[in-house]
Amino acid sequence: MSNKIIQAIYNDDDVLMAAVKKVKAEKLHIEEIYTPFPVHGLDKAMGLPHTRIAIAAFIYGCIGLTVATSMMGYIMIADWPQDIGGKPYFSFLENMPSFVPIMFEMTVFFGAHLMVITFYMRSKLWPFKEAENPDVRTTDDHFLMEIAVDNNESELTALLEETGAVELIVTEKH
Amino acid sequence: MYTFSSKLRMGAIILMIVGLLGIAYGFISAPGTVEEAKAMVSNAGHGGHETEAHEEHGEAVTAHHGEASHEAHAEGHSAEHDEHVFHQLQNKPYAALYVAAFFFMMISLGVLAFYAINRAAQAGWSPVLFRVMEGITAYLLPGAVILIVVWVVANMGHHHLFIWTDKEVVAEDHLLQGKSGYLNMVSFLIRAVIYVAGWVLYRQFSRKFSIAQDTAEDDRYYVKNFRISAVFLVFFLVTESMMSWDWIMSVEPHWFSTLFAWYVFASMFVSGITVIAMVTIYLKSKGYLEYVNDSHLHDLAKFMFGISIFWTYLWFSQFLLYWYSNIPEEATYFVQRIADYKLPFFGMVVMNFLFPLLVLMNSDYKRLGWFIIMVGCVILVGHYLDIYNMIMPSTVGSQWSIGIPEISSVLFFLGLFIMVVFTALTKVPLLAKRNPFIGESKHFHY
Repeated sequence: MSNKIIQAIYNDDDVLMAAVKKVKAEKLHIEEIYTPFPVHGLDKAMGLPHTRIAIAAFIYGCIGLTVATSMMGYIMIADWPQDIGGKPYFSFLENMPSFVPIMFEMTVFFGAHLMVITFYMRSKLWPFKEAENPDVRTTDDHFLMEIAVDNNESELTALLEETGAVELIVTEKH
Repeated sequence: MYTFSSKLRMGAIILMIVGLLGIAYGFISAPGTVEEAKAMVSNAGHGGHETEAHEEHGEAVTAHHGEASHEAHAEGHSAEHDEHVFHQLQNKPYAALYVAAFFFMMISLGVLAFYAINRAAQAGWSPVLFRVMEGITAYLLPGAVILIVVWVVANMGHHHLFIWTDKEVVAEDHLLQGKSGYLNMVSFLIRAVIYVAGWVLYRQFSRKFSIAQDTAEDDRYYVKNFRISAVFLVFFLVTESMMSWDWIMSVEPHWFSTLFAWYVFASMFVSGITVIAMVTIYLKSKGYLEYVNDSHLHDLAKFMFGISIFWTYLWFSQFLLYWYSNIPEEATYFVQRIADYKLPFFGMVVMNFLFPLLVLMNSDYKRLGWFIIMVGCVILVGHYLDIYNMIMPSTVGSQWSIGIPEISSVLFFLGLFIMVVFTALTKVPLLAKRNPFIGESKHFHY
């Protein structure tokens, strides 16, 4: 099996969507698509599995809530109880209303930050990482679809030309 | 065109009849004299309850009658207590009627606000739901008129649901005298007429333009609707605030909250959106609204979820400030609610916040009709309890219960609501076919 791939470049997201549907209808496997902006519905058209970031976010939120609760319990009640505004901090439950904003903020903070970090790790992104996209134009106004070639270069080329690709590049997989 | 099924009509009529009977029973069984009230309380209450009521009494009397009660000696105090309980028990059927009347009026008003926001924002997703919303807002006029009538009857003569309408109380109360320029019957009624007239006028004109747009050649009526909706929203935000002070907050005239109008708005908004979703699902299950798809439902459920959290945010913001500052005349409002209304007061937080938060979080569940109906029922009961907690502690105090008068009042207004709303739905086609965004709305896809 050769390591060749074909890169089809499009200059419109609607054309790209139509092309993806056509390629999927032919039961061909799309390796990757590079776009300058998120294209609505592209993940569904490509048949990608549903994201599980929502489940992760819920878990992260729960962690944040737990951290905030135990943190406030330790700082304000266990370690150094104070009498603020005539409300001595002797019991967590009785002073709970004043902890609610912190509990809420920590839930959001943990949910948001851990979600971003998860997303970066999952997408294999880190500082100073070299860009993976094969063509710099995909950061501007072009869309690129990669399909593996499996002894069917000519049919594939014909098919992709039909879908309105503005450029076709056959290259070794890097 | 929608036809009002005879089964549903029959159901609505039965609800109204049962409700009316129960309401009548509530009024008949209310005590006529102080002795009857004493007998009722001693029959119903056990020892612990009695003491609790006595303890609470000091606070309630302070709130209602100023300092006078403290000077009374023990015997006079007890007699006054009996008199107080008697008034509370007499208030009960009126208060039950008032809460239910307000609740259903509020649903309709919340829907009107949601509708106006969609119009003013030129929303593309919602035009397929406009006729449903217009149907629900048809209840606004009868609902508001009945509410005002109930209010007037409940405050007429020797009877005073709202304590500031009692001249004897005002004569002894310095604070109420200071507020009497605003809180008096005549100006209350003038304001009520202005609010209701404004809302209903907008509703009628918007409906008229909406129907006229169906057969129009251009988008003239659509643009007109956009303009009056924007103007209405300004009017609504002012009048809704004042309405919440007049119709609810003034029931406890010594207490005030600057957040109250928003808080009531959040409650009516989420109840209104929930009812839109429920009516939509019902009509869809009967084979109407063929252009309403999963995504519309999903969006409504997202609003139910989001506004439930918004409501909690306001509920808690209000509570936190009073709890933290702990100023006696402000804190009594919550002290009474937590002492006497623990279950409904915290129960509603569970129903209005925790429950929708946890069950509506999953995006797949937001597309299931039966699921939204179920969650919607809980949210609606929760927001009924919300209004209940606003009115009851100040009118019936520790004598509250959710019995025949309360449930019957809800049943009656539910029947009337169904009757009016579904009759309005039969009047015009359920699709606003010439709305410029109707294509986008039909193909709305999330």
